[in-house]
Amino acid sequence: MSEITTEQVAHLANLARIALTTEEIEKLTGELGVIIDSIATVSEVATPDVPATSHPIPMSNVFREDVVGATLTTEQAIAGAPEHDGSRFRVSAILGEEQ
Amino acid sequence: MSAGDVIRLSAAQLAEKLTAGELSSVEATQAYLDRIEAVEPRVNSYLHISKDALDTAAKVDSDRAAGEKLGPLAGVPIAIKDVLCTQDMPTTAGSRILEGWVPPYDATVVARLRRARLVPLGKTNMDEFAMGSSTEHSAYGPTRNPWDLDRIPGGSGGGSAAAIAAFQAPLALGSDTGGSIRQPGAVTGTVGMKPTYGGVSRYGAIALASSLDQVGPVTRTVLDAALLHDVIGGHDPRDSTSIPDAWPSFADAARRGAASGSLDGVRVGVVKELGGDGFQQGVSERFAQALEVMEKAGAQIVEVSAPHFTYAIAAYYLILPAEASSNLAKFDSVRFGMRVTPPGGGTVEDVMAATRELGFGPEVKRRVILGTYALSAGYYDAYYGSAQKVRTLIQRDFASAFEQADVLVSPAAPTTAFKLGEKLEDPLAMYLNDVTTIPANLAGVPGMSIPMGLAPEDGLPTGLQLMAPARADARLYEVGATVEALLEQSWGHSILSKVPALVGGDN
Amino acid sequence: MAKPELMDFDKAIELFEPVLGFEVHVELSTKTKMFSDAPNPANDDGHGAEPNTLITPVDLGLPGSLPVVNGQAVRYSISLGLALGCSIAPSSRFARKNYFYPDLAKNYQISQYDEPIAFEGSVEVELEDGRLVQVPIERAHMEEDAGKLTHVGGATGRIQGAEYSLVDYNRAGVPLVEIVTKPIFGAEADAPQLAKAYVSTIRDIVRALGISDARMERGNLRCDANVSLRPRGQEKLGTRTETKNVNSLRSVERAVRYEIQRQAAILAAGGTIIQETRHWHEDTGRTSPGRPKSDADDYRYFPEPDLLPVEPSLDLIEELRAALPESPALMRRRLKTDWGFSDVDFQAIVNAGLLVEVSETVAAGAAPQAARKWWMGELSRTANERGVDASTLATPQQVAELVALVDAGTLTDRLARQVLEGVIAGEGSPEEIVEARGLAVVSDDGALIAAIDEALAAQPDVLAKIRDGKVQAAGAVIGAVMKAMRGSADAARVRELILERAQQ
Ligand SMILES: [Mg+2]
Ligand SMILES: [Zn+2]
Repeated sequence: MSEITTEQVAHLANLARIALTTEEIEKLTGELGVIIDSIATVSEVATPDVPATSHPIPMSNVFREDVVGATLTTEQAIAGAPEHDGSRFRVSAILGEEQ
Repeated sequence: MSAGDVIRLSAAQLAEKLTAGELSSVEATQAYLDRIEAVEPRVNSYLHISKDALDTAAKVDSDRAAGEKLGPLAGVPIAIKDVLCTQDMPTTAGSRILEGWVPPYDATVVARLRRARLVPLGKTNMDEFAMGSSTEHSAYGPTRNPWDLDRIPGGSGGGSAAAIAAFQAPLALGSDTGGSIRQPGAVTGTVGMKPTYGGVSRYGAIALASSLDQVGPVTRTVLDAALLHDVIGGHDPRDSTSIPDAWPSFADAARRGAASGSLDGVRVGVVKELGGDGFQQGVSERFAQALEVMEKAGAQIVEVSAPHFTYAIAAYYLILPAEASSNLAKFDSVRFGMRVTPPGGGTVEDVMAATRELGFGPEVKRRVILGTYALSAGYYDAYYGSAQKVRTLIQRDFASAFEQADVLVSPAAPTTAFKLGEKLEDPLAMYLNDVTTIPANLAGVPGMSIPMGLAPEDGLPTGLQLMAPARADARLYEVGATVEALLEQSWGHSILSKVPALVGGDN
Repeated sequence: MAKPELMDFDKAIELFEPVLGFEVHVELSTKTKMFSDAPNPANDDGHGAEPNTLITPVDLGLPGSLPVVNGQAVRYSISLGLALGCSIAPSSRFARKNYFYPDLAKNYQISQYDEPIAFEGSVEVELEDGRLVQVPIERAHMEEDAGKLTHVGGATGRIQGAEYSLVDYNRAGVPLVEIVTKPIFGAEADAPQLAKAYVSTIRDIVRALGISDARMERGNLRCDANVSLRPRGQEKLGTRTETKNVNSLRSVERAVRYEIQRQAAILAAGGTIIQETRHWHEDTGRTSPGRPKSDADDYRYFPEPDLLPVEPSLDLIEELRAALPESPALMRRRLKTDWGFSDVDFQAIVNAGLLVEVSETVAAGAAPQAARKWWMGELSRTANERGVDASTLATPQQVAELVALVDAGTLTDRLARQVLEGVIAGEGSPEEIVEARGLAVVSDDGALIAAIDEALAAQPDVLAKIRDGKVQAAGAVIGAVMKAMRGSADAARVRELILERAQQ
């Protein structure tokens, strides 16, 4: 059984910006434990000599010409926004500072 | 021709009648809209019905009458999985967090449909953000399997598959990250194709796992899938992972396959690891019969081993949540979608967290937390890093299997459709539904699911999966169309002709 | 906030060895953004655009949108890497840096992590006394900029106390190269000036390459300065702070000096330094604590699945290497010879961080002496008064235009100073200001002759003296004429006209 704790799940929820309830955290702690035990098997065959594959079809150097294309209008940009000032997106006060 | 007959035509047949002027696009579109209205309350395969379908159809008819040269599927209606951005219809990916969101742009595949003059009917239901194998994780209620309304239609693209099986559309688009086109195909008796990764543009497809997602056709026949693939496929400079190669005509390949009736010299590899224990008996029986039919038609059946496929689900449930946890970070209530302000206000951090708490369903939260864990400091190498290595091993297994076989086959799903609610509380059991489809996504190779007959024990559809090497999509259409024809000959009918009536007197 | 204790700088250096490190972000001036074809606000075309007008679905992080790499940005990055003496990676990758922040549309930044495009280089930096220092470069990597937040409500527009914030994503996706140094040892008491000289050199390099406007006041070039101290004789590095928001050459120098003095006072009093980001405040000349480093800094980097590896061919690398402009050090040597300045005059320009300005002014047509005069005189004086960099006050093109107007006799020196005031105040180009303020030299000899006649009438003996060969007597009349014309006359022309009258 993996050692997932409720503290760990609470920390992950914070990293993932989801305000999980205490019950959710408890339920998830149990579920994640089971899931992680079963997926941890990948390490059985992932030996150091095996290279990682992040793209199923290997390609490289896919570039775009530096040519300006169509842009969204400000109206289109903010059309789906929960709150805006007519041209900018509005958010509540920010606690933390930029990274 | 009665409306009931119109909706039972394959897309290819319908297209022929439209071209010949025997039927108008408006008539066909109206027949589908009527059908949707009649059965939708019971099936729930659509999240949104287009208000413009008849106008779009009328424009195709008038352009055709004016002698304009139109593409082969012009005027044919189509249903679009709600994971694809549409400028004229809401796009929610089955999530509460995007309720009512209308994107300011069309996905490339949608733009191509429109350019080819297909007629969008609406958006189909799906598991939230394509996370699921039953469409029960939709925020807008589950879709029901037309074969048995108490059962799941598969997922995540259950809406598209059910719409096809319930004759609510002749064609549909799906997306397949770990089987979301093929597994619903199997359990609804329809055809589903996951193209080679990079064969169809992902631009405008709301990302689940970027390195696994592919958009593809959901249809009633292999030829229909090929015709649709010809429309949506090909290089898109807006998707860096899009393959720049030219592709052959898939419709030609399918017609060639259907006409030949023979599998002479085709080496068909049966993947040892994708069968046996854990597979429903009727599925295994149907699979064995399909192999017999293929062998009789000249195929050389070989058993191949892909030892690392055993690790595919584990690798998949690391890679998918990891990529998804990052892809879904953009749903933060700032630029689009819902916003939940906690009681008494709060900082932007509180607002984001409250929005994501209420906006995401339990399966999405489960996978986002799992993915956050897999990527976090100290765990990356053991989990995500190892999973990417397993991917290499699975690709190697495919490479050696394809030295021995031209196509690989397996059941497309281990069971027939299960009952709604049966696996909802057991995530691991739910994850096992994709055991046969996941390897193709991890390796990027194309996979197709075609009807394999009804399981004797429950009378429900089963699916045959065919896989080919990367870029050999045409081979799947050719072989798939042959096998489809051979199987239908052996049954004496198509599978979908056996779908039970959903409304009185209509079937 | 109580004013922190500072140790005398010389004392601090006596007790502690400062170790520096810099992260400099350079905004590339490509036509389009790093991953989208939206216009780039980091060049003059896009600068100052209305909020949320330079955006595509990609820059807004709309669901379904996908990034595509700007090939020109890659070429610029390779050129910069080469100019920093770096090796170019045969294969490099993009990665996602995951953190939630409202200016980051996708809530991850596409950056590079374990496989940057350029690594292991060195930059030669010249100190004020002409000594050369090699600054070791660890890496230079490509990434995208974030959008811009405006904090509303509260006292000062700062984040603390604001009621809400507004987000403009125009800057989101601007191509950046982040240049990271290795720890820099041995700067000792020169640490503050080395900091300034390093950033100034980076600015010179990217300007010479033509890959960035490099205007610090616009944020085209941004410096994070890392400072740590270790007691003399100690092997282990001290805890470092990372000071952000250092957006002028002057501030870089001051911020490093301040951090050395602040940390020294804490350490000497037996305290410990907290590993944190600190913010530089131009107005108070102090740094204030920001976010402590924590496990919230778990960025969960992983290879960007939407993008493919960048694998530049050797041919491309050699082509870009061959096209590199001369290094700043070489350029300095060449310019000094070309301009014929004394060591003192030339070094003063370098130390003022104005070499690029002067050389661009010369390139725009001004004589070197004239270019030097304006940059080192009027502009530097004003910059000092205002506590900004002189480069923020005027462009080399404007100064060259001013010099041309003086050369053409349209402006006297005195008028030119007034025009320059107008330029600094943002009233337009020198020609526009001459026009708008009516400052041109009166070239109509008629008006001058009238004024001269009046002055001669008031001083009847002057003509006689000039005719006797006492030419300097003209001075008194010239003064009177200039006064009457309120300075808008060319003194040399006045003198000529007086001498002409004397011949008659
Ligand atoms: Mg940094
Ligand atoms: Zn950076």
